[in-house]
Amino acid sequence: MRNKYSVFSLIKNAFSYHENWQRAWKDPAPKKEYDAVIIGGGGHGLATAYYLAKKHNMNNIAVVEKGWIGGGNTGRNTTIIRSNYLWDASAGLYDHALKIWEGLSQELNYNVMFSQRGVMNLAHNLQDVRDLKRRTHANRLNGIDAVYLSTEEVKKFCPIINTSPDIRYPVLGGTLQRRAGTARHDAVAWGYARGADAMGVDIIQNCEVKGIKRNGDSVEGIETTKGFIKTKKVGVVAAGHSSVIANMAGLRLPLESKPLQALVSEPVKPVIDTVVMSNAVHAYVSQSDKGELVIGAGTDDYVSYTQKGSHQIVEGTLNAILELYPIFSRMRMLRQWGGIVDICPDASPILSKTSIKGLYFNCGWGTGGFKATPGSGDLFAHTIANDEPHKLNAAFNLNRFVSGDLVDEHGAAAVAH
Amino acid sequence: MFLINCPYCGERDQQEFKAGGEAHIERPKQPTELSDDEWAEYLFMRKNIKGIQFERWNHAHGCRKWFNMVRDTSNDEIKAIYKMGEKPPSQ
Repeated sequence: MRNKYSVFSLIKNAFSYHENWQRAWKDPAPKKEYDAVIIGGGGHGLATAYYLAKKHNMNNIAVVEKGWIGGGNTGRNTTIIRSNYLWDASAGLYDHALKIWEGLSQELNYNVMFSQRGVMNLAHNLQDVRDLKRRTHANRLNGIDAVYLSTEEVKKFCPIINTSPDIRYPVLGGTLQRRAGTARHDAVAWGYARGADAMGVDIIQNCEVKGIKRNGDSVEGIETTKGFIKTKKVGVVAAGHSSVIANMAGLRLPLESKPLQALVSEPVKPVIDTVVMSNAVHAYVSQSDKGELVIGAGTDDYVSYTQKGSHQIVEGTLNAILELYPIFSRMRMLRQWGGIVDICPDASPILSKTSIKGLYFNCGWGTGGFKATPGSGDLFAHTIANDEPHKLNAAFNLNRFVSGDLVDEHGAAAVAH
Repeated sequence: MFLINCPYCGERDQQEFKAGGEAHIERPKQPTELSDDEWAEYLFMRKNIKGIQFERWNHAHGCRKWFNMVRDTSNDEIKAIYKMGEKPPSQ
């Protein structure tokens, strides 16, 4: 029986110095066979397992993770959540996720610290202005809240931005999605893990997948560092390592894995109460509840699995940050890191069946997967359970690279690549 | 990485170079006869190897010439560099 978190449990545990909290999830050894196995214990993988158990009554399932849960891109992103994408298919996908975010803490009984502080996207040249206005209209036609702001309105919404016309790339305007915001990334992984575990899902950490066993055109099981696991359905949610898993199954994917960097500053008092993103000069910034500035940099242009990234990428981002926010000129940076993102040619994800029966891929989220975590899990669970995509992820199939029916979201992806 | 040995200019900072993706993908000789699957394979599908990968690089802020590189993508170590048209070194 899983104890509920509440103010009463907090008080009760205070009497024993918080030393007797129940484990949030078990640490089981893998069984010989499962109805389905999810490869990858990040937010998307754990959410998939959670919704498989909750909505599709598949409780005899496991999540295998080569490291620890939430230790990959889930713990490395800049936690931005928004749904202001251009095309109808993307609007449906990302807004589905945003709607789940709005009730997620209650649903999971776990505070994911979802904060709808708004996300502002800046325009720095006439083409930006046209593109952002077009995107605002497209968003509103799809029922997504979006407004276009003039330079003065940008300044009013976020006073520390330098809106002088004399800077190299002056702020000509921007868009604002007020329902957008941030969430605590670790809490998302932990909340889904705890929820899935309570419904009987085995979360197996330190268990790396070494091979996928096929019988002709269908999946029979996976080879792992903890032995062979028999299963008829495998959902791969391995982000930057998707191609590595695909190669084990003899599949090719349209992905390139590249380092994406981020950094945080020393903590300071509240100074920026929203998220500001600038595609053209490539700088985005928000402030965590601890007070650190959370800054997102760009991707390197070469394939790498090193979780590092080049120095000039960080330097370029900080140049842009300093021009837009001169107030940060004496801030010191505390930490910098990289995550490996799997980028699709059209900057849209793949949530799809494959040519191998029982093998499903959820990948290609590139630089912006965190925001979609709950929706991605929900729709991928539907795809695995029914062996058919949900109508919201039908457009994000692998076959679009053959048919040419791409979902080009390079403009809305916000990280140039 | 950090230093790349351009076969024409010698060792230069990585910042001067632009990555050009997977090498030795041959342009179809008869494009009109290609099926949709073959087009997808040529245009979009990539090996994206974790380990030894063959790729193209361009000395964009230098001599602007293209060349090939053999690189370990798991640690960014450069194994070999050779000119366009030369045979790739055996591993």
